[in-house]
Amino acid sequence: MQRHLISAADLTRDDAIRILDTAEEMSRVADRPIKKLPTLRGRTIVNLFFEDSTRTRISFEAAEKRLSADVINFSAKGSSVSKGESLKDTAQTLEAMGVDAVVIRHGASGAPYRLANSGWIDAAVVNAGDGTHQHPTQALLDAFTMRRRLVGRDAGLGQDLDGRRITIVGDILHSRVARSNVDLLHTLGAEVTLVAPPTLLPVGIESWPCEISYDLDATLPKSDAVMMLRVQRERMNAAFFPTEREYSRRYGLDGERMARMPEHSIVMHPGPMVRGMEITAEVADSDRCTAIEQVANGVSIRMAVLYLLLGGAVFETKNVPDTLQTRTEEK
Amino acid sequence: MSKTLIRGAKVLGGEPQDVLIDGRTIVEVGSGLSAEGAEVVEADGKVLLPGLVDLHTHLREPGREDSETVLTGTRAAASGGYTAVFAMANTFPVADTAGVVEQVYRLGQQHGYCDVQPIGAVTVGLEGRKLAELGAMHESAAGVTVFSDDGKCVDDAVIMRRALEYVKAFGGVVAQHAQEPRLTEGAQMNEGVVSAELGLGGWPAVAEESIIARDVLLAEHVGSRVHICHLSTAGSVEIVRWAKSRGIDVTAEVTPHHLLLTDELVRTYNPVYKVNPPLRTERDVYALREALADGTIDIVATDHAPHPHEDKDCEWAAAAMGMVGLETALSVVQETMVDTGLLDWAGVADRMSFKPAVIGRAAGHGRPVSAGEPANLTLVDTAYRGSVDPAGFASRSRNTPYEGRELPGRVTHTWLRGKATLVDGKLT
Amino acid sequence: MDTQAPDPRPVLEGPDIARVLTRIAHEIVERAKGADDVVLLGIPTRGVFLAQRIAAKLAEITDRKIPVGSLDITMYRDDLRLQPPRALARTEIPGDGVDGRLVVLVDDVLFSGRTIRAALDALNDIGRPRAVQLAVLVDRGHRELPIRADYVGKNLPTSLRETVKVQLAEEDGRDTVLLGAKRTAPGAQQ
Repeated sequence: MQRHLISAADLTRDDAIRILDTAEEMSRVADRPIKKLPTLRGRTIVNLFFEDSTRTRISFEAAEKRLSADVINFSAKGSSVSKGESLKDTAQTLEAMGVDAVVIRHGASGAPYRLANSGWIDAAVVNAGDGTHQHPTQALLDAFTMRRRLVGRDAGLGQDLDGRRITIVGDILHSRVARSNVDLLHTLGAEVTLVAPPTLLPVGIESWPCEISYDLDATLPKSDAVMMLRVQRERMNAAFFPTEREYSRRYGLDGERMARMPEHSIVMHPGPMVRGMEITAEVADSDRCTAIEQVANGVSIRMAVLYLLLGGAVFETKNVPDTLQTRTEEK
Repeated sequence: MSKTLIRGAKVLGGEPQDVLIDGRTIVEVGSGLSAEGAEVVEADGKVLLPGLVDLHTHLREPGREDSETVLTGTRAAASGGYTAVFAMANTFPVADTAGVVEQVYRLGQQHGYCDVQPIGAVTVGLEGRKLAELGAMHESAAGVTVFSDDGKCVDDAVIMRRALEYVKAFGGVVAQHAQEPRLTEGAQMNEGVVSAELGLGGWPAVAEESIIARDVLLAEHVGSRVHICHLSTAGSVEIVRWAKSRGIDVTAEVTPHHLLLTDELVRTYNPVYKVNPPLRTERDVYALREALADGTIDIVATDHAPHPHEDKDCEWAAAAMGMVGLETALSVVQETMVDTGLLDWAGVADRMSFKPAVIGRAAGHGRPVSAGEPANLTLVDTAYRGSVDPAGFASRSRNTPYEGRELPGRVTHTWLRGKATLVDGKLT
Repeated sequence: MDTQAPDPRPVLEGPDIARVLTRIAHEIVERAKGADDVVLLGIPTRGVFLAQRIAAKLAEITDRKIPVGSLDITMYRDDLRLQPPRALARTEIPGDGVDGRLVVLVDDVLFSGRTIRAALDALNDIGRPRAVQLAVLVDRGHRELPIRADYVGKNLPTSLRETVKVQLAEEDGRDTVLLGAKRTAPGAQQ
């Protein structure tokens, strides 16, 4: 793995499986009386959130605290630094306080990439969502959820998602979740189909490693997992679709549509759900919907990522050994 | 006034000749000219061109002197081989009155590095609603003939029509920044494969092409000439080619960066590549080179757009758009057009001096290198290759996309009406 | 690989290993007075297999099923920052937990004692045993912490320039303990 986690596209198949396997072990900590590991004791992580995102911030914070890291929460929202120009100053200020890693959420696509590559700071950078670009830990927790449900908790260890058919539905254009998932799921061998009205698909999407469809009903019967993306009501005003009613009729998931999915298939949602728009309450509350599970899995994935980025020695990129050493005997 | 003999210069890339300057004028061009009483510059096979003319420069003064001033900008121009630059109107205050354009014009004259020909705004405050006093700017000491809201598009079709018509009265031209505003709301880069991947707002080619198509038709309808700024797409080339074939009086410019760079560079999220119009695809780059070679695109203009460091040392979305270009333009043109065999040096003189002077009506510039002409000249060491070091720029700003890139050619001397402004690569 | 180093030589073979494990099982029964409340926790990777083998022997002796699990100590190591991140192994605590019970930690080689220190920390986060004991197949000396084993398969005096390698059928296809010369790997200070 590299020093930073900026994009799901940067992960090799081996990297991704290592993270998923590590997360599987991390998830067991949640079952223990003391939900804490001493691993990142003395390391300081700052959660630098330029955008509101309570759930992602809390998930990272829980992961950091379970690994015993010292956590600083920095919310730029509403303060004088909510303007992008001061990202550099803010980051440098935090680094001067001895921060080992920066978990950053930013409204501007590429901000984490800039932070990691501009020479502003030395700390490891974890992208917690940037603009409409990437949200790699979300893709990892989604893949983790799929592997658990579709392959199995123990059976899944060391496995990818080869041949699984994943359908992602909704506002692909504005979705960092969709971009990250397409990259990661492709790396893991899954077959991805994106379903949306043409207005909500980006120009240039033909180069993505996935299929495109405008027809949800044709896609559902051949899906092992269907991921519904949030569709913001404001999009309506920009003429991306005519009305909420028409959107949900053509692209929303209701009980009737869910019944046409294969028996084993699951419904996923990165949250927050807009019930009545892309998903009905009936589907959201059904056993097949993994939305709550995804939240729990998010903590395990973020623990795994932070452990793999910070839990070992810091190596120059060129010196990082190709393979992880397995635990050797005491000798 | 003193005499200068430029010995053994390949005039417009031809056979080596001597060129004798007396005072402000070229007095003789030939072989074995006498050096008596003259300072001798051994050209030693370097290429001698007429002083370059840039129809599209942002000098930032008044208002943004932290990024450039008329002094630093004209020094940069002289360094790059330019003897005349047209200064865009998007200053603070906007150059939409006779007062502002005269001030900029006088600063240029006063510093003496390069003639500054102000461009007047088409509309008051660049707001696109009300025509600025175009006639007053023309009649001012600055003698404005080129009008542009550059940075913004004159998107209202009626205002554009009126402007095209109005400037006919004094032989003016409207230079359009072709960008349909609604189609480019939130635009951050070229819309296509790379923007889809990077999640940056797309600036579609059609937003440029639709305005160009409209404006050439408007120009035809009212019988005016129109100039298209920084044309950037293969589709725009097709429209201009079609318009010219119909006899429409349209001229077009391309920037050096659009001849060389593509949107793949945006993958670095380094705002030094953020520019408007955005870097396009490889296909567009080749179409632009071909169009410049065949004359569909008339000229190269730099769109020199200085920005202070902090406006580029940030995340992409927060960064300012634009690149400096005066000091690298000729090198990029040599790299993309001359060294590729698309254009000879006479062609470069045509695209970077003769034609821009004609379009902008820059008297005394863009003249042949022959006896009796004003001694506006630039001498280029075309054999030179070196990497670009922004620290050596005369411009106040350093926002070049070429830092560290190896480029051919180096301007060693520039003469403005016989006075050397650049000698051996050093400003006088 | 340092080609100068002589081939490692076996110091315990399959039958020896089986014999010492049987002895350890008997010692546990004796010292734990019937092993009523014993829980065996192996330290991955090979400690887990040894724990399972000892549990099987205990079951033979006591005619009862002895709870056995695994305790991964990776996240509790004191040398995490000296190496790239290590892969995690499984921690599997038997259903009834460890509270109030006699936990016997099982590992293959006891050397510096740092693994066992980490194991005690890990155990502390899982529950509160009545007592903790340690069983190892080989004790090669050179302790760096005040830790000793309660059950030792073989005491093996070694020099720091030697390595001890345990191979078990479950993982390596055969049972043996090898004593060899240390490879001169850069930075290997273990």
